[in-house]
Amino acid sequence: MKRDPIYGLMAEFDNPTALVEAARETLNAGYKKIDAYSPFPIEELPEAIGFQKNGVPLVVLVGGILGGLTGYLMQYWISAIAYPVNVGGRPLNSWPAFIVVTFEMTILFAGVAAVFGMLALNGLPMPYHPVFNVPRFAFASKDRFFLIVFSSDAKYERTETRRFLEHLHPRSLSEVPS
Amino acid sequence: MDEETRVTVGSRAPVIEPGHTFATVTDKISSIVLTRPASNAWFLGFGVTFLLTMMLLYAAGYLFIRGIGIWGVTIPVAWGFAIVNFVWWIGIGHAGTLISAILLLLRQSWRNSINRFAEAMTLFAVACAGIFPVLHLGRPWLAYWLFPYPNTMQYWPQFRSPLVWDVFAVSTYFTISLLFWFIGLIPDLATLRDRSENRWTRMIYGLLAMGWRGSARHWHRYETAYLLLAGLATPLVLSVHTVVSFDFAISIVPGWHTTIFPPYFVAGAIYSGFAMVLMLAIPIRKVYGLEDFITQRHLENSAKVMLATGLIVAYGYIVEMFMGWYSGSRYDAFLIWNRMHGPYSVFYYCLWACNIFFPQVLWIRKLRNSPVALFFISLVILVGMWLERFIIVVVSLHRDYLTSSFGMYYPTRWDWMTFIGTIGMFLCAMFLFVRILPMISIFEIRTLLPQAEVKAE
Repeated sequence: MKRDPIYGLMAEFDNPTALVEAARETLNAGYKKIDAYSPFPIEELPEAIGFQKNGVPLVVLVGGILGGLTGYLMQYWISAIAYPVNVGGRPLNSWPAFIVVTFEMTILFAGVAAVFGMLALNGLPMPYHPVFNVPRFAFASKDRFFLIVFSSDAKYERTETRRFLEHLHPRSLSEVPS
Repeated sequence: MDEETRVTVGSRAPVIEPGHTFATVTDKISSIVLTRPASNAWFLGFGVTFLLTMMLLYAAGYLFIRGIGIWGVTIPVAWGFAIVNFVWWIGIGHAGTLISAILLLLRQSWRNSINRFAEAMTLFAVACAGIFPVLHLGRPWLAYWLFPYPNTMQYWPQFRSPLVWDVFAVSTYFTISLLFWFIGLIPDLATLRDRSENRWTRMIYGLLAMGWRGSARHWHRYETAYLLLAGLATPLVLSVHTVVSFDFAISIVPGWHTTIFPPYFVAGAIYSGFAMVLMLAIPIRKVYGLEDFITQRHLENSAKVMLATGLIVAYGYIVEMFMGWYSGSRYDAFLIWNRMHGPYSVFYYCLWACNIFFPQVLWIRKLRNSPVALFFISLVILVGMWLERFIIVVVSLHRDYLTSSFGMYYPTRWDWMTFIGTIGMFLCAMFLFVRILPMISIFEIRTLLPQAEVKAE
């Protein structure tokens, strides 16, 4: 399949308020495949671009449960089956003594799952991305706010979409080559 | 929040000086790394601390050849400097996690300007801490025996021992602190990548930033992961020093076998950690002109945390004395007598002076607002907290149950070289850190600016 030479249309804004408003309007205008870029997290933005599903909490929960089970079962297997040591007649499965390591393993697995799960869901690491082709995008990590309509959107039409974004009064407007 | 309350609350100093924009904040912090040339003072500081690190390497290398007989540890005091320094360092690390995780959950946004270097401090302090128990093993090259792994000896660790708990607690703590610090850095590494003029630095920062582009979807998942990590790190940091205190409290040595230890250790950890934060923050903000971001407010808040945790530590000392009398155990009573009148009593009185009496000057607002005064008060607290661990480890062990096994502990020059060497290593790592990574979280400072607020139509 031949790739579209244009990845999307990108509009630049000065402040978070303008970006959130523009994103809301674009979504309301029927564009589904849009994204926004900002130099810091903006609470209202995910909802403004129509993003709700966030898989991170589930990944962390699964990580934590796996960690807890691994921690306890490992200690049980080692202390009661593989290497039983009778300490003053205490039970081999002396669970109160196993709580600390179980707890630490829960935190370890959940924390690792949080970081690597977040990166994986975000598709990172990804050193190359078409948006970096826009020279002004270097300011997305400083003080500028960007909105993009992807060319894969059903409603995307080169001139029509350009006109629509222009009426949102962006500071600049660029085509993103893919 | 309206703009007024965002920037200043009441008559207190602001969290960030007014007049900054996203661009000035970015330039100010990233230029320290990207464009500011390293000064002669930096090279001097780095050089001296690097030499101290080499001294640590020398002392550790000699220990590998000769064994721990070169240290002052012996029976009855088999723990000595190694454990004193381990507990001291790991306690210092706790303030970093407290600032980055607990204060995040409590929505204390002033933490945003000090969390990055406090987290770095945690990492370096835990690294210094980890050296001691490993060297203390006797055969440090077999340290991997501490971890459960299938081996030809068919041997497994004893999970009923607090020393094994400690291995898991400290290694988990280091891993989670590293991850927390690293994901906090990702957006700022992207900023450095985009600001850097030099091809090589751009490539290195670019690789570390992993292609971060600040997408709203990414930020959303990022913030969730960050918040959850903070939620996980909070019980973790409390558990780490609790487990460290278990190393003592689970045993039956007089002065160790007590239930006050976990809370009193955690409070002491935060106490010394904030002292270290202040000792680092005060010179750094001065040298790099960061008074706009690390303001009087941060110094004063840290001083208040020290005052509060210091009082909890005082409560711990008083309960220890009370229990010496109330337990009715002659060994516990002797321990208290021995602390006050034994051969190490001078250290015990210094401990009270450094940790309890002297820091009460922090009640004076003027001193809480004076960087110079805070620097020296912090130094005194760090000395006091080191003495506390010395008293706990050495004074309890050197005279316990049998008079026939009473003894004395004298550190050797190798003990001192190892201890001072880790201070050098810690500072050397801090010197490198302030030059190659943004020492203040740029993106979190941006969120503190009034412009960051999305205004409703």
